[in-house]
Amino acid sequence: MSKEPDPKEVAEQTEDPSERKPGRLSRLRFSKKKDMPGGLWLKCENCSSLIYRKELEAAGRVCPSCSFHFTLPGRQRVQSLLDPGSWEEVFADITGLDRLSFTDKIPYSEKLAKTAERLGQNEALICGRGSIEGRSVILAVLDFSFMGGSMGEVVGEKLALASDLARVEGRPLVIFTSSGGARMHEGALSLMQMAKTCSALQSLSDAGGMSICVMTHPTTGGVTASFASVCDLVLAEPGALIGFAGPRVIAATLKQELPPGFQRAEFLIKKGMLDGLVSRSELRPMLGRLLDYAKGSHVGGDVEDDLAADEVPNRLSGGRTDSRTPSERGKVRLDVPSAESSN
Amino acid sequence: MSDKFRKSKSDKSSSAAKTGAKPASGPAAGKRRSSEGPAMPFEHKILEIEDKIQELKELADSTSFDVSGEIVSLEEQLREVISKTYNDLTPWERVNVARHPKRPVTSDYIQMLDDFVELHGDRTFGDDPAMVTGMATMGDRRFVLIGHRKGRTVKERLECNFGCAHPEGYRKAWRKMKLAEKLGLPIVCLINTPGAYPGIGAEERGQAMAIAENIIGMFSLKVPIVVLVIGEGGSGGALGIGVGDRVLMMEHAYYSVISPEGCAAILWKNGERSPEAAEALKLTSEDLTALGVVDEIIPEPLGGAHRAPAEAIATVKETLLRHLEELDGIPADELIRARRLKFRNIASIEGRFPVVSG
Ligand SMILES: [Zn+2]
Repeated sequence: MSKEPDPKEVAEQTEDPSERKPGRLSRLRFSKKKDMPGGLWLKCENCSSLIYRKELEAAGRVCPSCSFHFTLPGRQRVQSLLDPGSWEEVFADITGLDRLSFTDKIPYSEKLAKTAERLGQNEALICGRGSIEGRSVILAVLDFSFMGGSMGEVVGEKLALASDLARVEGRPLVIFTSSGGARMHEGALSLMQMAKTCSALQSLSDAGGMSICVMTHPTTGGVTASFASVCDLVLAEPGALIGFAGPRVIAATLKQELPPGFQRAEFLIKKGMLDGLVSRSELRPMLGRLLDYAKGSHVGGDVEDDLAADEVPNRLSGGRTDSRTPSERGKVRLDVPSAESSN
Repeated sequence: MSDKFRKSKSDKSSSAAKTGAKPASGPAAGKRRSSEGPAMPFEHKILEIEDKIQELKELADSTSFDVSGEIVSLEEQLREVISKTYNDLTPWERVNVARHPKRPVTSDYIQMLDDFVELHGDRTFGDDPAMVTGMATMGDRRFVLIGHRKGRTVKERLECNFGCAHPEGYRKAWRKMKLAEKLGLPIVCLINTPGAYPGIGAEERGQAMAIAENIIGMFSLKVPIVVLVIGEGGSGGALGIGVGDRVLMMEHAYYSVISPEGCAAILWKNGERSPEAAEALKLTSEDLTALGVVDEIIPEPLGGAHRAPAEAIATVKETLLRHLEELDGIPADELIRARRLKFRNIASIEGRFPVVSG
């Protein structure tokens, strides 16, 4: 079970799977106890049906009964998304500094070190170059298994650097999120990462660069309220919980039960908050098609010099050439559930 | 004393209680409690002396006794006690000062303006009372004021959701900031919120998206932005109007990624450990200045802004005017470039990653 995050590590306003008791809030069906004795079977978070673990993995961690998209560990996401052999990781050696010397049960620095050792990576954000169906991108994936995908100074810094890299190299930036929000162990410094990431994304945007964010289950707090929501395109996997405040916080504040489907991707798209829903099996082709709409091959320039660029450089005039005809490419139509099916 | 404060007794207040500083009682104290809201445990000694002075003054008014000597000596004692108490506040005690019901709120700072025309509404959904926006004149400066509104009376506080804004509040703020940009007016943001409102309507209307749009949008505004945390700087709800060329903070304000109560509840499942959480979060003005989050601390009158609001407001006015003056005339592209770099440099991890260059 090393793939599942330690729920206690999930930061701000996040669901805590071990804490959920069935009862008045059970309609959320977000995080009942996942494990059945023996670990061969597990219960779907969404439809509660029993799933054979191997079957779930074979299906790309999508529930065979209800198509709920389970959180995908970061490395698995990278592997399943990119063209084979195209991955080149960057910024992997950046580690946190624990400037606050924060201690909860154990010192935060110790917790970071232990988590890094367990997962074989230094932080919750994985960045690198790669290609999706032949289109080269900068990919940034938030890994929920690393302290609930929470954003501290390293995650913020790496996301900003990934955005810089996308701008300098003229590649679209593709982000996958699954996160409890800002990492409280880093106090206001983690809060400031919301601003830092937006600063970098605005510079990318000014230079004409394209950004796509795919929100996956769950994406809440300071991540939703910063870089994830301001990308050019915001997509989500079906069933993903997406919001600012966590459902438990809201239910506790209002002292009432939340409506069924509240804060799910299907709810958000009906409220006009997302550009589209894309199921996991459709992700690669859909991203490939969307990436064809990115501007040109080079938007770059020196990072420092371009931070304030608010004009699109002339170099952008060239564009990617696609030998397929428009009809072969097909129309981009994102998967939006009909009113009947989502009720 | 309310339950809230009884539960959150700090080390200092409990030791004070042991050494005999009993809560002030008697008719004068009773009057104070009802008129000024709950006392903070660490202020017991201060309130006790203040009450004594009040009683003596009333005595002097109603009789012919000369008590002026006693009053002078008590007032001196009072200054000493306040000074000692306030020089030595724990982070949690400061959070309580930041939330003090008598502390100046945005509407009090509006009183310092020579002109203020409130502008309502986001022209999309509604007019969020938790966010106040409008045209302001102060001295020789015109600007657009954006601020969280907490309210003063119980009724006002309820109407304003205690300063917790909805998405329409953030969108209203954005609309007025764009107007400021168009008119070439600088922007002053007063932060005072426990956090953005966590509710069904707020989520439905895109609370996260509204805050995110403000944060990224403020990095492109072509006019100077001065941000001041006057009381509570609660998480994303604060940052939603918190990106600026200058980020200032009142001495006893706090600014944090999560409330101490929320942090204690998540980490230790125990809200009573909020004082510990407040300590760990490094949320005071001094800590945040050391961390590079805050540019300047505005000192408060002895004993906090709630003890001498007029004095606190005057200092704020002077400081804001100085920063507006400093930022005046800087070309827009320089301003924006510096603003972006400012936030890029907060908690940057120098020398630990490959330098990205063209
Ligand atoms: Zn299912």
